Parts: sequence; C-alpha cells; structure tokens
Amino acid sequence: MEFFTISLLNGLSYGLLLFMLSSGLTLIFSMMGVLNFAHASFYMLGAYLAYLISGVVGYWPALIVAPIAVGLLGALFEQVCLRRVHKFGHVPELLVTFGLSYLVLEVVQLIWGRAVVPYGLPEQLQGPLFSIYGTQFPKSRAFIMLVAVLMLLSIWLVLTRTRIGYIIQAALTHPDTVEALGHNVPRVFMLVFGGGAALAGLAGVVAGNTYVTEPAMAYAVGPIIFVVVVVGGMGSLAGAFLASLLIGVIQTFAVAIDRSLGDLLAGMGMQVTASGGLEQVLRLTVAQVAPILPYLFMVLILIFRPKGLLGTRET
Amino acid sequence: MNAVAKPSMPTARLVTWGGFAALLVVAPLLLSSSLALNILSQIGYLIIICLSYNMKLGQGGMLSFGHAVYTGLGSFAAVIAINYFSNHNIGLPLVVVPLVGGLVGALVAVPLGYVSTKKAGTTFAMISLGIGELVVAIAMMLPDVFGGDGGISINRTYGQPLLGVTFGPQIQVYYLIAVYCFVCTALMFAFTGTPLGRMLNAVRDNPERVAFIGFNTQLVRWYSFIISGFFAGIGGALAAINFEIFNAADALSGLKSGAYLLFTFLGGVTFFFGPIIGAILMVLASVLLSELTSAWLLYLGFVFLIMVMYAPGGVASLIMVNVRMAHFGKLRRLWGLYGGLLVTGVVMMLGVAALIEMIYHRQLNAGAGPVVQYLGVPLDTGAVTPWLGAAALAVVGWALMEGVRRRFARAWSTAQEEIESEIQARGALQ
Amino acid sequence: MRTTFKLVAACASLALAGGAFAQKGETVKIAMIEGLSGPMGNVGTNQFKSWQYVASQLNATENPAGVKFEIVPMDSKSSPQEALNLLKSAVDQGIHYVTQGNGSNVAIPLAEAVGKSNERNPGKEVIYINYAAVDPASTNEKCNYWHFRFDADTTMKMAALTSFMKDQKDIHNVYLLNQNYSHGHQVSKYFKEGIQRNRPDVKIVGDDFVALGQVKDFAPYVAKIKAAGADTLVTGNWGQDFTLLVKAMNDAGLHIPIYAYYAGVSGTPTALAQGKDQEVYQIAYNHSNYTGRMGELMKGFKAKNNDDFYTFSVYNALTALSDAMAKAKSTDPVKVAAALEGLRFKGFNGEDAQMRSTDHQLQLGMWISKWQKVDAKNSYSLENTGYTFAPVKYLEPFVASTPTTCQMKRPGK
Repeated sequence: MEFFTISLLNGLSYGLLLFMLSSGLTLIFSMMGVLNFAHASFYMLGAYLAYLISGVVGYWPALIVAPIAVGLLGALFEQVCLRRVHKFGHVPELLVTFGLSYLVLEVVQLIWGRAVVPYGLPEQLQGPLFSIYGTQFPKSRAFIMLVAVLMLLSIWLVLTRTRIGYIIQAALTHPDTVEALGHNVPRVFMLVFGGGAALAGLAGVVAGNTYVTEPAMAYAVGPIIFVVVVVGGMGSLAGAFLASLLIGVIQTFAVAIDRSLGDLLAGMGMQVTASGGLEQVLRLTVAQVAPILPYLFMVLILIFRPKGLLGTRET
Repeated sequence: MNAVAKPSMPTARLVTWGGFAALLVVAPLLLSSSLALNILSQIGYLIIICLSYNMKLGQGGMLSFGHAVYTGLGSFAAVIAINYFSNHNIGLPLVVVPLVGGLVGALVAVPLGYVSTKKAGTTFAMISLGIGELVVAIAMMLPDVFGGDGGISINRTYGQPLLGVTFGPQIQVYYLIAVYCFVCTALMFAFTGTPLGRMLNAVRDNPERVAFIGFNTQLVRWYSFIISGFFAGIGGALAAINFEIFNAADALSGLKSGAYLLFTFLGGVTFFFGPIIGAILMVLASVLLSELTSAWLLYLGFVFLIMVMYAPGGVASLIMVNVRMAHFGKLRRLWGLYGGLLVTGVVMMLGVAALIEMIYHRQLNAGAGPVVQYLGVPLDTGAVTPWLGAAALAVVGWALMEGVRRRFARAWSTAQEEIESEIQARGALQ
Repeated sequence: MRTTFKLVAACASLALAGGAFAQKGETVKIAMIEGLSGPMGNVGTNQFKSWQYVASQLNATENPAGVKFEIVPMDSKSSPQEALNLLKSAVDQGIHYVTQGNGSNVAIPLAEAVGKSNERNPGKEVIYINYAAVDPASTNEKCNYWHFRFDADTTMKMAALTSFMKDQKDIHNVYLLNQNYSHGHQVSKYFKEGIQRNRPDVKIVGDDFVALGQVKDFAPYVAKIKAAGADTLVTGNWGQDFTLLVKAMNDAGLHIPIYAYYAGVSGTPTALAQGKDQEVYQIAYNHSNYTGRMGELMKGFKAKNNDDFYTFSVYNALTALSDAMAKAKSTDPVKVAAALEGLRFKGFNGEDAQMRSTDHQLQLGMWISKWQKVDAKNSYSLENTGYTFAPVKYLEPFVASTPTTCQMKRPGK
C-alpha cells in the first residue's frame, strides 16, 4: 500500500511535468500543423533565462518574466523564419524548427558554457511539503504540480471563454473563413506560437531548478514530448493531458516490476537455458525497459490508432 | 519537382556517367595523402547512404528520423559476417560482405517498413523517431549481442587475398567502396525510371489520386522502403569495413539519423544528384570544418536554417536554376552581380566569423590567454578594437550585401520573366 | 610526508638520469584525440587543459628525459570513427604518441587500430596512452602491447571499494543502481565479486539498471531502494544519471551513504551542491585536497584556467613517459614501449606505482574520499561551490590490484 501510494504520487507529478512540457507543443501543432522540434529548446531557454533573471531580481519575478521573454523569442522566430517557410509545406517547417534547435543549443552553450549552472530553488520551495509513510514529498514537486494544473485551467479558460480563444479555435479548422471575416490570422498564428513557446519556457523555469539545468536538458526531454503529443492525439489538449498522466504513471509503476521475459517463461513452466545474447534478452526486466516504454506506446498507437487517444485530426 | 534527370540524348548521359566513373577512378591518384584517401572513402559510402535516404524523402515524401537503424544494422551484419567467415574459415571474400549488409538492411525494413508506411507525413516521421530511439536503447542494453561500449571489431584482411588484393591498404578499400558506389548509384538512378519509382513520386505528390486509379499507396511506399533499406545496409556495411569497428551507440544513434537528414537536405532533395553533394558536404564539414573552428556546429545550424528558408531545394536546386539560366543565355548578365554578392558576402562573413570566434575563445579557451588566431591574424579579445572592428566589418558588409542583393533580385526576376515569355512564345509556335 | 618523499625521489631520479641525455632537448608531440566539442566537450576540454598544464610544468622542472612535451589537440567529437580518422592523421604527421581517455567506446577501437597500424606501417609506430577509459577488457581479453592504461580499471576500483567496506560495520544491505550498458554492468558484476570476497555477510538487496541518459525522474527508483530496505547505495552512474539520482534521494528524504565513481567530474559538484548535505563517497585515484607538489598543481591550474584539476592520471602518464624515455635513452616508441612496461616510478600519491608488464595496467593506490563542506584542513572548493572531497582512506596498490587474463602478443615474438 505504501509503495503504491508513493508511486502514484510520483507518477502523477512526473505526468503533470510532461503535460506542462507538451501543452504548448499540442497547441502549436493543432493550430498550425507544425511539429515544433525546437519546443524542448524553448524549455531549456526558459530555465536558463530564469537562472539569469533570478540571479538579478530573485525567483518570483523570474517566474513571470522568463516565460514572457521566451514567448517573445518564439513569436519573433515565427515572424522571421517560420512564416517564410509556411508556403513550402510541412516538411520544411519541421526542418526549420530542427535547425533552430541546433542553433539554440549552440547559443546557450556559448553564453552559459557547457557545464551545469547552479540554478537553485528559492527558500520557500526547499524542503519537504509533507511526509507519507516515511518518504518525503518535496515542495518543489508539489509546486510543479500546482503550476501544471493552473496552466491547464488557464488555457482551457482562454480558449473557451475569451474572444481571442474563439478566434483561435475557429482558425484551427477554418483559417480562410476566419480571415475572410476580417481577423488577422497570421497574427493569431504568431500569438499561438509565442504562447506555446511561453508555456514551454514556464515549464523550464519551474523544472530547471527542481532537476538539473544544463545544455543536455533539451535533448533529454525532447523525444518524450513528441511521444505525449502523438499518443494523446494530435490536436487535442485533453488528450495530451490524459497521455502525460498515463505515461507518467505507467513508467513509474513499471520501474517497480522486476520481472523479466525469462521469469514469465519460467512461470509458464518453460525452463529456457540460453547463453550470451539470448540470455541477456531473457533477463531484461520490465524495470530496465521502463524508460523506453513511451516509445513503444507511440509506435503501437500510430499503428493501431493513428489519431491518438483523443485526437481530432491526423497528420 | 523532378527527381529524375531529364531524358536527354544518349551521348549526354554517357558523358555524365563516364565522367562520374572516371572521377571515382582518378580521385585518389590526384589526392593521395592518407587523410584525403580517408575522406574519399567516407564520401563513397555516404553517397550510397544519402541516396538511399533520399529515396524515402525526396522521391517518396517520407521524412525519416530513423535512417541510422538500417545503416547501423547493415554495419552490424557486416562485422558479424566477417567474424563468422574468418572464424569458420569460409572462403567468401570481402567483396561479398556489403551485399550481406544490404540483405539485412532490407530484411529489417520489411517489418519496420510495414508499420511505418501506413501513413506518410508527420505520422511517418514520428514513427521513425520512435523506432530509432527504441532500437538504439535496446542495442545498448544487450552488450553481449551488440558489442557494448567497446564495440565489435574486425580485421578486413581475413582469409585469402582475392587476386592478390588483401584490402589492408586504404587505397584498396577505397576502390572497393568506389565500385559499390558507382553500381549502387546507377541502380538507384535506374529505380527512378521504373514504374515503381514513378508511382512513388505520384504517391508523394497526390496519394488520394493514386488510390483512385487503383494503386495501393501503402504497398508502393513499403516496397520502396525495403529497397531503400537494402542500399542503406550496403552503405553501412562499407562504413564498418572502412573503420573495422562497429559501435552500437554510435552507428544506430539519433544523431547520425539527424546528420543524414541535414546533409541530404542541404545537398538537395528534389534532384537525383543532390544527395551526392550532401554526402560530400557531410564529410568535409565533419572532418575539415571541425578542425578549423570550434564553432562549426553553430555555422552548420545557421547555414541549414538559411537554406531551408531561402533555398529548400538545396545546393542542387541552386545549381540547376543557374544551369537553366545559362541554357537561356541569361546567366552572363548576372556574373557581375554574383561577383558583387560574393565580395560583400565575404566581407560580412569575415566580420561575423571574427565575432563568433572571439566569443568562443573567451568562453572555451580562457586559459590559453586572450589572444585568438583568426585566419593568421592574432586578435586580442581583451581589447575593444578587435570587437569594434569585427562588428563594423559585419555591419558594413551586411549593408553592402543588401544593396547588391536587391539589384540581383531585380535582375533575376527580369531574367525569369524573359525566360517565361520565351517559353510561351515557343509554345505558341507549336 | 609523502610529498617530501616524492621530492627526494624526484631529485634522486634526476641525479641518476645524469649521463643518459641522448634525447635531451627533443620535442615530443603527443596527439590528444578527445571529444572537445559536443555533449562531453567540457570534460574533454578540461582534460586537454590538464595535459597542457602538466606538460608545461614538467617541461619547466622535473623531467628526467630532458624532453619538451607538446600536446596536439584533435577533436574526435566523442565518435569512434572520427577518432580513427584522427589517428591516421596523427600517424601521417609523424606523431608517435597518442592519448585518449574519455570513453571506452573510443578507447577499445583506438587501441586495436593502433595495433593494426603499427603492424602495417613499421617505422611509424604509435604508443597509445589511455589515461581514463576503464573498461577491464582493454587490459584483459582485448589487451594490446602498444596500449598503456594509467587509470585504475573497474575491477581495481571495486576491489579497493569492497576492501574499504570490510571495516565499515554499519553496511549490511547494499543496493546497486547502474547505467544499463557495459560500464554499469561491469560495476555491478565486479562489486558483487569483490563484496563476496571481503564481506560475504553483506546482502545485495537490489541490482538495478537504468537506460543511459533517458531517465528524468528518479523518484520511482528511490522508492524501490527504500522499499528494499537498503542502508547503502553503490552506483557507477555519471552525469545526469548521477545528479538526478542524488537529488531524488534528497527530495524523498532518503539519507543513506552513496558510494560513487564519477562524483568529481565536471558539472557534478555544482549539481550536488544544490541539495542539502548528502553522504556521498567517491572511489577514485585522487581526492581534492592535496598539499605539497600536487596541491600547487591544483591551485596553479585553477588560477590559470578557472576550472578544477582532477585528472591526476595525466601526471602519472607524463612522469612515466619521461622516465621511460630516460631509461631507453630515446624517444623512439619501440624502445620506449619496451622501457615503459614493468617501469616503476613515483606516482602522484607518493606510492610506488608500477606499469604491470603482463597487461600494461598501472598498479596504483586508490582513495575513498567524502563530499563535505570545506574546512580548515580540506580547503579546496570544487567549482566554487564551497564543497570538497576530503580524503577518508588510502588504499595501497596491492589492495587494489586484480589479476588479469591478458595474453599479449608482443612484437617480434
């Protein structure tokens, strides 16, 4: 029971972090059909900018300023680069974000060096929030969960209760009609891209000091975000939420399963004696395979249900 | 978007292919240093790999982030085969081993291709990414099978010499690679003219229409995927023979897939010979550029970004567009403007590169003192003058280049309009 | 005490080398084939600067052979294939000594390539100095006459660690957590062998592997460690896999001692320092608080490069090379290799270090050191964090020594 509760808590908090990272990507993708390869780079930028700003004015102002800065950079990129490439199709759009991710990595390394930067937690977020069965649950993780839930609520509110939200939703499916009605659709695109980038930046601000801030953080988290978006369903925010929680919880619980294929066969009464390579395959436990389970999910979903769990559109 | 060379007179074709073959034969005699031989060998098998990649991307519209799976498993098959042959004294010579790699690449592409090719576009790209990550992660977990950190090494001089050739010296390996390069290029070129190749183009352009006329788009994609996997496996096997080592984490990695993508795109995906240029660029960038400057990744990122934004057809399309100009006799008037672009561009680049090098030096090499050698000129990063000078150079160069660029754009569009009206006139005559 | 001993020994060797200066004044180029850009770039750059610095120190002062060492950097981008290209380039340039250490994925193919090249190109022989790659295979089944290893391999480190644990009476339940590739598998295997010999009463309550560089959230693993009732954690993890693990343990309030391999490498101290005091021990050939000659070296390096010096094996390597060249009265790699194997010299820990002839593995002493705040006695602050690795126990070379299965093919035999 103890292990179950703790694992559930851990799984939920990890899942909510994944959601924070992928919400912006889902928005951008549903809006513009662009799978933004540089999304994890915006995440990294958020963390580094927060490190910079919190060194000057403290953490709490950085929490507001850094995501806005990242959002502005995202909007700038959309204006200068992405818009140009839009007419060439989806593949060049993907490639231009791919190129951006290389550039952002190099520039970050140029400015802050290649080593870990000491971006630390503020006083108020250090230490445990509560203890459960003797294991502490840190304040910083609870804070991440809080920010993630607030993020979900606010996005939902903006999209369904404000005028700009209506326009965005309409432009999702009928951009030409919306433009014909007199709205500046390219500007809306820029807004959405900037907004998505800002969300990634916010994730970076809160996760950068809970985990580690270094140049490799973008590549460590990049592929997983795509998995979440694809599994959840391209174009569905609720799907992304569901998928992140699912992946977070399953990956966390999988770590606890120390059974391997060999054990399974033995349990079914088949004693397999093998050596070398085959033995290693049989000895792979579920726990060891846990970090790559998300990729397995993604491939399976794409084969059997390309729309994703709650997706509304394909490709 | 034509991925096939225009069908022209047989002599022109003979000249092109003959020239290609002659170049392959003669190159190592002209550039005979050990480093050059190495570079040529790498270009040789990378041409095969990039062309096989373009079979998916340029001809099929399938953007793959996991091509390294097929090249890597081809390498793996090669080292396993060579070790098996030499341990069991089987008389199969080294020249056969790349075919083994190709077969394995194709075999792996059968199931993986089946699941990948159901859809094209973004779905395909994501599946390829997922499969790529899966394969490399699993390979790392099974060091007994895939050789682990130290990798699996081979001795390519195993067995009996074939007609006196042991494949020990690099020049012999180069010629092996060159022969395979020529044959595979010819085969892949021939593929573009086959019905399957043409259908692949059709599927890329308009899959719905293809389905309407009764072809199964998934089958077309799947077969092409398998053929692409075959050639990828051959390329990977030659790479393993060249370096006599297979390392799972390196050969199967997402970084390698990314590099194939980047350079094939830079070379040009819309023309058949584009990936050949891409392969040459890949080797030159990673071997030579990285020795010149520590900022090479930054330059690469910039170049890639500019290329995607302004010339998505790659270097090949830039060449072909100018060839077309020349064909209509309009290129002559652009020479002066090209020259102007070059000069102002170089000025700007000198300034920008100086700034970048100085920043990199301060960041990475502070311990070696503040002076950085830039093209033979020592710049003191501690003083203000070099910074101001470089910035001024960059700004002035950029301003001048903008001026020339506008004139160039005007001249270019005038020339284009003239060409269009000429074509229409010719059409009207018929 | 140890340092004065070393100074005396240095003077003695200088005096002994008196008449044998056939190679005096020569410049010996050493090609450093290492990943200087890319993900491991900062570690590689630190090591390059370490080679440069130690070389410049030895060029100026104690150098029995009287040669000048010049370090030529070659960026392999951590790719084995690139490294092999660069080896060919080095051979072309007439360089006879190459060095590398960051990654056995490069070290093993490089050693083999060196062997093949030396066989195929007589007169252009190259000696390969391995200063940090610790896969035991390099001095066992894949041993090579031209390869010399100056770091302790995993078998030695685990032998030393388990020997230390013999006297730690409060260790009963050990949890092993390692990265799921060769290195992690080896740490696990050799630790289990070693603990069986030294403390058969210790229970291994967990033997887990995490996919390399993939795990973002270590909380589930920490929950597992706790559920298993472990009182000690042993890990060979490096980089993010180590720092995130320690953070997660801290967050969950699991305060058990951690015995680690690579806790002192670039970037890790900064990440460690952000948590509260954790009980981290390091098994390595050095600690962070030397006095005497080594202390001067650390301080001088810090002043010049604003970075920490931790690759002490470089000092051993250059000292040994120099001694070997003096002994062989030449810089010819064939003669130097023959002089280098079996060579005894004073290591940087003051010990009697020996380059074992059977497998070309240096027999050297090891340290257990502890992560703690700087104090009067241990004042060197790592990466300006205010923390350091203070020495706890020194283990003599014979304690760390392990047997070998190497059947080396020697040239001409």
